[in-house]
Amino acid sequence: MTTEIDEQTRLGELYMATLIRAQWRLSMSVLGSATMMIGGLPLLFFFVPATRTLDVGPVPLPWLILGVLIYPAIWLAGHYYVRQSEQIEREFTELVARR
Amino acid sequence: MNTSLGITAIAAVCVMTLTIGALGFRLSRTTSDFYVASRMITPTWNASAIGGEYLSAASFLGVAGLVYALGADMLWLPVGYTVGYLVLLLLVAAPLRRSGAYTIPDFAEARLESVAIRRLCSVLVLGIGWLYLVPQFKGAGLALRAVSGAPMWVGNLVVVAVVLINVVGGGMRSITLVQAVQYWIKLTAISVPAFVLISWWMHHGQPIPQVASTPPGQQWSHPLSGFGGVEHPVYATYSMLLALCFGTMGLPHVLVRFYTNPDGPATRRTTSIVLALLGLFYLFPPLYGAFGRIYLPHLPAGTSPDSITLLLPTAVIPGVVGQLMSAMLAGGAFAALLSTASGLTICVAGVVDQDLVRGRLRRFTGNDARAVNGFRISAIAAITVPFGLSLAAGDLGLADAVGLAFAIAASTFCPLLVLGIWWRRLSTTGAGAGLVVGGTLASVAVLLTIFKQVHGGWAGALLTQPAAWTLPITFVVMAVVSLATPKRIPRGTARTMVRLHAPEILSANLGKQRR
Repeated sequence: MTTEIDEQTRLGELYMATLIRAQWRLSMSVLGSATMMIGGLPLLFFFVPATRTLDVGPVPLPWLILGVLIYPAIWLAGHYYVRQSEQIEREFTELVARR
Repeated sequence: MNTSLGITAIAAVCVMTLTIGALGFRLSRTTSDFYVASRMITPTWNASAIGGEYLSAASFLGVAGLVYALGADMLWLPVGYTVGYLVLLLLVAAPLRRSGAYTIPDFAEARLESVAIRRLCSVLVLGIGWLYLVPQFKGAGLALRAVSGAPMWVGNLVVVAVVLINVVGGGMRSITLVQAVQYWIKLTAISVPAFVLISWWMHHGQPIPQVASTPPGQQWSHPLSGFGGVEHPVYATYSMLLALCFGTMGLPHVLVRFYTNPDGPATRRTTSIVLALLGLFYLFPPLYGAFGRIYLPHLPAGTSPDSITLLLPTAVIPGVVGQLMSAMLAGGAFAALLSTASGLTICVAGVVDQDLVRGRLRRFTGNDARAVNGFRISAIAAITVPFGLSLAAGDLGLADAVGLAFAIAASTFCPLLVLGIWWRRLSTTGAGAGLVVGGTLASVAVLLTIFKQVHGGWAGALLTQPAAWTLPITFVVMAVVSLATPKRIPRGTARTMVRLHAPEILSANLGKQRR
């Protein structure tokens, strides 16, 4: 099978196209969620003015979100992606080895 | 104020940088050592090195300066710097590592099989690298002036000297170690004084920022209020965020650092550690902006907001404690810009060397010169031009100048990398057209901004934050022209795609055939 991929038989190309599509879909889903979560914040501040002025203790809400809470969320998104994409590659390698 | 503490801190950082660099001298003998440090570095070291290299004067001083000057909307700056690595991880990290490219021009040539595209990318790397180096020198000038009162050019010159000795002497093996250590120096230098400030604030009445709201409605602590005269704040926020998120992958000094990972999966794991390290660091800079508004509402005459981090401790806590904190921050700022300037210099020098110097040097010397000499000559060229520019540059803020470099990277290299990695139908003509159109539009906007030819209103907003329109235009141009020129799709595209995406176990044979 590895030689089929190397020599670009139609079967090899099909396998590669499937792998690339799976990785692309994963990337897009994580990117999409991140865009909605992070990219939605300015819109939230814009359309719901109360969120701009709300205070949590001595700290305004936007400062709490943008200054602290957003960073663990970014890391979690990255961590999730790393595990999922390794999973895709593991499955692909097993699939190819089985033949 | 007591100047000797601050100068000692800065000198200590410089000496330590040079000493650690010297340890790597003997290890860098061949050109490949110079570029990639032999690829024997673990993910944690690598992630620290990436963080160390990435956190520049803009992060250490510039973020606090802009938060101080313009308020809550600038909290997006560090968020964007971090999300940039998430986007890089999602879209390009592992495939780029698998491509085996040292630099973006290398990747472009391998993927598009065109020397012309390679040259185009080299010119862009040069432009982005220089634009990014200028604020590093400026930061050095600010730091040294804040602790000693020395004129700006002295700090510039110190940075140029240290970087040149390090890069020319040691190459990247030393730089990787230096960068990794620098991250932890920077984190310590910015967090310890921050904790002292926090506890001082807790024990002294917990005052909140009192900022006169002029004109009414423009609130410093509220987002999207247009504080500081920012027009169209919603557009400005989104365009800035877009430039930072999609520009990171196109910065010249980012890709080289990834090459020191052994394979694609290690690259991903490294990047996820980088996200944690950056998030940890960026908790602190906005605090200095906020404390600045509380304790130093009016800057002393002749100082720029970018030095708020350095001025704050002595303004809050009198005596030796404040001076020690100030010295620590000045040392950290120096560590920040030394590491970024080193990384950028290596990249720009590598590109100048490969595409400009080496051929010519060979012609002069009849092939006698060692390749390493070309690299050394290029390093000198790479750093002296932005040094000159930094002396000539006006009062553009540190983070603003860096933001413009991000905007150009996002408008050119981001579409090239994303389409090159994921889209089989990208043609050489399409890529070239996109780079020319995106590069020209973004550069014109950036030059107009730098030379103060931008006035208010929508035109001003669009030119000072160009990414929101230049990035989509480049994507469209690349895609449309590629679809119109299917005959110019590189012949080896399918094979390249296998190398970019197949797990290493499978593509081991293939990789060797191609190299």
